[in-house]
Amino acid sequence: MQEILSTLPQVLLDGLTLGAIYAVVALGYTMVYGILELINFAHGEIFMAGAFIGTALLFTFVDIGLALNWLTLILVLLLASLLTGVLGVGIERIAYRPLRKAPKLIPLISAVGISFILQDLVRFIAEYKTGNYIVTGQTVFENKIAIPAFSIGGYDVHASAIKSNTLVVIGIAVLIMIVLDIFVNRTKWGIAMRAVAQDRDTAALMGINVNKVIALTFFIGSAIGGATGVLYAQQYATINPFIGFILGLKAFTAAVLGGIGNIRGAMFGGLLIGLLEVFAAANLGILTGGALGAEYKDVFAFIILILVLIFKPAGLFGQAVKEKV
Amino acid sequence: MSLLQLQSIRSFYGQIEALHDISLHVQQGEIVTLIGSNGAGKSTTLKAICGQVKTTGTILFEGNEIQSQPPHTIAELGIAHVPEGRRIFPGLTVKENLEMGAFQVKDKKQITERMERVFQYFPRVKERLSQKGGTMSGGEQQMLAIGRGLMMNPKILLLDEPSMGLAPVVVEQIFEIIQKLNQSGMTILLVEQNAYQALQIADRGYVIQTGSIALQDHADVLLGNEQIREAYLA
Ligand SMILES: Nc1ncnc2c1ncn2[C@@H]1O[C@H](COP(=O)(O)OP(=O)(O)O)[C@@H](O)[C@H]1O
Ligand SMILES: [Mg+2]
Repeated sequence: MQEILSTLPQVLLDGLTLGAIYAVVALGYTMVYGILELINFAHGEIFMAGAFIGTALLFTFVDIGLALNWLTLILVLLLASLLTGVLGVGIERIAYRPLRKAPKLIPLISAVGISFILQDLVRFIAEYKTGNYIVTGQTVFENKIAIPAFSIGGYDVHASAIKSNTLVVIGIAVLIMIVLDIFVNRTKWGIAMRAVAQDRDTAALMGINVNKVIALTFFIGSAIGGATGVLYAQQYATINPFIGFILGLKAFTAAVLGGIGNIRGAMFGGLLIGLLEVFAAANLGILTGGALGAEYKDVFAFIILILVLIFKPAGLFGQAVKEKV
Repeated sequence: MSLLQLQSIRSFYGQIEALHDISLHVQQGEIVTLIGSNGAGKSTTLKAICGQVKTTGTILFEGNEIQSQPPHTIAELGIAHVPEGRRIFPGLTVKENLEMGAFQVKDKKQITERMERVFQYFPRVKERLSQKGGTMSGGEQQMLAIGRGLMMNPKILLLDEPSMGLAPVVVEQIFEIIQKLNQSGMTILLVEQNAYQALQIADRGYVIQTGSIALQDHADVLLGNEQIREAYLA
């Protein structure tokens, strides 16, 4: 107990950071699933592309002598979002829309294909430019914030240091989630997005251009996924073309945990998986008396997922968005 | 010139031809009813008008060909289709459902005005604005579906079996409102299996049988027709 508590602040912060990243990526999966019932496997790669675009932009800024500060970071986030948003729309147009009337398995295969193409394309460009597909980028906020040791209820809590970037990641991710939530629930296009998700044919009868709404969904989901890639690269410094695969899988898991198709569910699921994963990594050894090490953290998170799905097959917040008459 | 005119319409679901050579027209200000038994092709006719099913032939609206347009463009032209089974957006609130009917409208004031007009016809809808559409009763959903169609401020209202699955009292109310709407100038194409009630409020009627128009006449003539009486009014 003492041991677990002593590292808790660090675990919570790291868990929230990772969870915030999962949550925003999960939003992209859940939005697209909600509207097309398609698991957009390429979404993890869009996140990865965002990380590389952000890194490339920062290198370029340094080359032309721009100072790296919060303003440059915001500029990079906006540019990377725009580019990944356009990428997402392009993928929908080329790889999914022609298959919209095909059996569900077909666009799924198409999505897997797009994933591979994006991985190899980024790998090719990265190797061509830097000689290595593993890239360590520029970090905008390098300093750390120290949290002194303290004790509560007789337990000592270790001192910890967090990267100031941690706060940037959590802050921006939370901002994205709040803005998206307002957009989806309060604006005309957001409501239209939900209408199309619930009944595409009827939405068209209302004069809603369904293709436009679907494209918008891909744009937003991909743009925020790409922005999260930038944040990820800032937080963990080193990236490679395959980071989208595992991270995408976990974000997708988060979306399922929250109830796929449900936006608030995806946010909650992402944060939960992030917290569980970091908690497990820090404490599995302690909890199991050394039998299981940190490398079992994913098993732990997935067991929670399976337990939730056994008792709530639609996920924690399932069917709140996709109710059928 | 008719407001809406279908000339030799054929519609297809894949290889299957569901409509064979349908021709009909609706004049400005009329209530025209399209009656026929289950599976005859009534809904498909409305889908053909709205661009929801693969169709050949000519469809004229205000004299312009519309048959190759996508559904959202046809809606924009002023054709409101209240589909079979009401098709309320279940997870949207009543207010959001209505707002979707006015999706094309940018002016907030105009949306409010249209909503007020809907409330005049359907005061019940006003009491439920913040309720989820999916939690309303069948009758209320039908009222909301028609209200949502009215939010488009259409030139013609296509109603697909508005009486389906509703208690007789409620059906009575709905038909009264349809009549009221028509008296205030709305042109209506009413699809019904409930032939008797539909013919009572309609100006003219078409009888559709397995994808073809079998009979067409003034509503009172059809009401007096022996064949019709036996087949649809029994
Ligand atoms: N989505 C569809 N796919 C294939 N066939 C359909 C579809 N919808 C309707 N049909 C067929 O088209 C014919 C006309 O159906 P419909 O227009 O729905 O009839 P009604 O509205 O008069 O009950 C029926 O034979 C029906 O089985
Ligand atoms: Mg029908």
